[in-house]
Amino acid sequence: MSAEPITTFESSLEEVGVELVRTSTDQFESTLIPLLSTPAVGAPLPFENVSLPDAVETDPGVEELEAAKTGVTAAGYGIAEYGSVIIQGGPDGEEPASLYADEHVAVVAGSDVLPDMDATFDRLAEDIRSDAGQAIIATGPSATADMGALVKGAHGPVEVTVVLLEDR
Amino acid sequence: MSVDTRQRKAERIRHLLETEGDSVHKNTQVFNNGRYESTADLEDYEELKDEARAIKEDAIERLPELVNQVTETVEANGGTVYIADDAADANRYVTEVADGRDVVKSKSMTSEEIEVNESLEASGSDVWETDLAEFVLQVADEAPSHIVAPAIHKSREEIAELFNAYFEPEKPLETAQELTQFAREYLGEKFVDAEVGMTGANFVTADTGTLALVTSEGNARKCVQATDTHVAVAGVEKIIPRVEDLQPFVELIGRSGTGQDITSYVSLFTPPGDSPTFDVDDELGSGDEREFHLVLIDNGRMEMREDDQLRETLYCIRCSACANSCANFQHVGGHAFGGETYSGGIATGWEAGVHGADSAAEFNDLCTGCSRCVNQCPVNIDIPWINTVVRDRINRGKDGDLDFLVKGLTPDEEPGGVDLQKRLFGNFDTLAKLGSAFAPLSNWVAQAGPARSLMERTLGVDSRRELPEFERESLVEWFKNRGPQVDPEEARRQVALYPDAYTNYVRTERGKAAIRVLEALDVRVDVPSAGESGRAPLSQGMVATAQSNAEDVYDALAPAVAAGHDVVVVEPSDLAMFHREYERLLPEDNYTALKNHSYEILEYVYGLLENGADINALPDGDDMQIAYHSHCQQRTLNLEPYTLAVLEDCGFDVRTSDVECCGMAGSFGYKSEYYELSIDVGETLVDQFTTENTADRTVVASGTSCLEQLDALLTRRPAHPVRLLDT
Repeated sequence: MSAEPITTFESSLEEVGVELVRTSTDQFESTLIPLLSTPAVGAPLPFENVSLPDAVETDPGVEELEAAKTGVTAAGYGIAEYGSVIIQGGPDGEEPASLYADEHVAVVAGSDVLPDMDATFDRLAEDIRSDAGQAIIATGPSATADMGALVKGAHGPVEVTVVLLEDR
Repeated sequence: MSVDTRQRKAERIRHLLETEGDSVHKNTQVFNNGRYESTADLEDYEELKDEARAIKEDAIERLPELVNQVTETVEANGGTVYIADDAADANRYVTEVADGRDVVKSKSMTSEEIEVNESLEASGSDVWETDLAEFVLQVADEAPSHIVAPAIHKSREEIAELFNAYFEPEKPLETAQELTQFAREYLGEKFVDAEVGMTGANFVTADTGTLALVTSEGNARKCVQATDTHVAVAGVEKIIPRVEDLQPFVELIGRSGTGQDITSYVSLFTPPGDSPTFDVDDELGSGDEREFHLVLIDNGRMEMREDDQLRETLYCIRCSACANSCANFQHVGGHAFGGETYSGGIATGWEAGVHGADSAAEFNDLCTGCSRCVNQCPVNIDIPWINTVVRDRINRGKDGDLDFLVKGLTPDEEPGGVDLQKRLFGNFDTLAKLGSAFAPLSNWVAQAGPARSLMERTLGVDSRRELPEFERESLVEWFKNRGPQVDPEEARRQVALYPDAYTNYVRTERGKAAIRVLEALDVRVDVPSAGESGRAPLSQGMVATAQSNAEDVYDALAPAVAAGHDVVVVEPSDLAMFHREYERLLPEDNYTALKNHSYEILEYVYGLLENGADINALPDGDDMQIAYHSHCQQRTLNLEPYTLAVLEDCGFDVRTSDVECCGMAGSFGYKSEYYELSIDVGETLVDQFTTENTADRTVVASGTSCLEQLDALLTRRPAHPVRLLDT
């Protein structure tokens, strides 16, 4: 793996049809707002001094989830080689927020972009042993070829965007 | 097998070729090409396969211990583990847990194996398959035709027709996009209503109780999140020791299956999960009370584990590479090439172990042993061998009523119950010997109308096939009269040319050409009188006869090997015997000695040229336009490049085919029940050799079967490539 996991991450994401948007802690909100289509849902972000704008509903019901255009959640880490993000679900509702909306916006800290599967599984094993109940290795939007041709957006999002907090 | 049974089989295959063949072919090609591309990009592909294999070997070895460990872990996490002895036991437990509540399911072949939907519905549950392909099949009331893409046999048009008739939407559905959107919305309500979510598991880790689910649609995630009770059903063989062990599988499974580097979602759940779930009032409520039941299913697996031949099947990760890389499967699909639940090459092992020999016997003959799946399997399972062993067991399982008839008449080692058709093809050596002794009379009689119709009725030899014509003088006899031509003192190397049964009795011209080409390169050639390699009986599941042939061949070639000579083989399927199957048929030292000293003819020529032999001793190709079809087993041994390189170095202009198999596959294409499938497979090769660029090229092929198939389907007469080098 190169010394530049983020460059690799960006090109891997591009291959699976995901845009990488770079930002920093203080620019986060102004970066996110243009990416939102409303109604938007989300789960609270775990990064210090980073929070979701009010337009993002963090306690949605079924109707709001199903109507949501955008779902914003944190992603535990990224895998540069594959263009994947790890969605860790929990009581805060990362799982439904990342799954029902048309577009999933995943927020990843720059220091959490891991080079490859080796590094990822070292970390996954550690997390799972310390009680992380869920880790979805998500790569690109949901997809199916079951209806006779490849369709993006099956039961999950049609589109995925990764927002990278470069100073985290 | 009776005439009627053969006819029924042929009709069933014909029907599937007409109705499902096109969709299956198109879709498996995408997976097959995708796999080649995606695995080529993986730097440490072979190492990952070895690693995956080692993990599975270890896990199955320690399975009872791992079952105990995962039980403790899951229970410590707050879930429940139930070990089900068989399908009925599993279904009883699952229906008790569901207790009449509505169920949403993600795709699980294991749940197909136990037929849990029927049990759940009988106990009052509404059950919805949420994987879109499974949903299509649920609506159509059909069985999966592929273990990964269960509705692979259906075209978009057929699905649209089905949905429009069944759901009567206001605006008729047409595109894949519209069909997907419709299904998503329809099933969206089912997720909200359901209280029980059922999933399978691709892997279960014993140390943490983590389930790995490899999916793309997102429905498995919804099945878990949207419900209060998560029930996962998995065969006991899915357990692996540690979370870290998942890594090679995560890197291999998508590539090996659908040809994706990784699927959209590889979900690692360590249940019970605490994501918010849907309350009765459609709000998102706490998921803290979610129940989790892991149902581990034995259903024959622990017995497979004790079975030295079937144990490897338990290493299977159900990726479908063996189906996608199989020429027969590509053309006819899993509704023919499958048993009660599983389909494709490895299905023979699963069906034999889980449902019994009768289910395996339904389709086991569709594996021709071409071996194209062998290098594709991410856990290195010798899938053709499993098919051979199960075929042998099926042969032996039949009663021996015919013993009185065959005793003393056939030279083989098999019991009386073996099907006459299999016995005929399995004893090709004897047949060829007799045919040659009485040629040309034997050829005239065999080709005559009355003989052909008798052979079709009694032996199932299709009368639309031309039979091989035996030469009166065998290659061994010819060589005995002629003698070696190169002085051993001056020879570059000394070789024993192995006279396989076809080269010896039927296509002697390629044997003579091979001898002359070697001699032109200063090699002293001898042709020992060695019998059939065992390939013919092995392909009929007659393992004992194959072993006896192998021992005789070894005895005939051992003096040459002991003298430090090389063994050169013209027929790739026989070289493949020496290199692959003899490992199971001969003592280890003998196997290794023969393997290390035996070469395919053009591989050997390549080696001679690389080591100083003069290429000018061979004819100049002068840009002659050639279309070359390598042989399936030759390609599995990675020997195609040598023929190509030698021909190109000699100045020929070569195009190659890329089909997995010619469809003839030894005796397969002669069998009346499989004739039409064999032709259908062959047509794909013919298509490649009748394009604008290839239609006028001289056709060469390395395998006897390939030559026969091409001869039957092309107007050009094909030959073995060594004949291009024979002056």
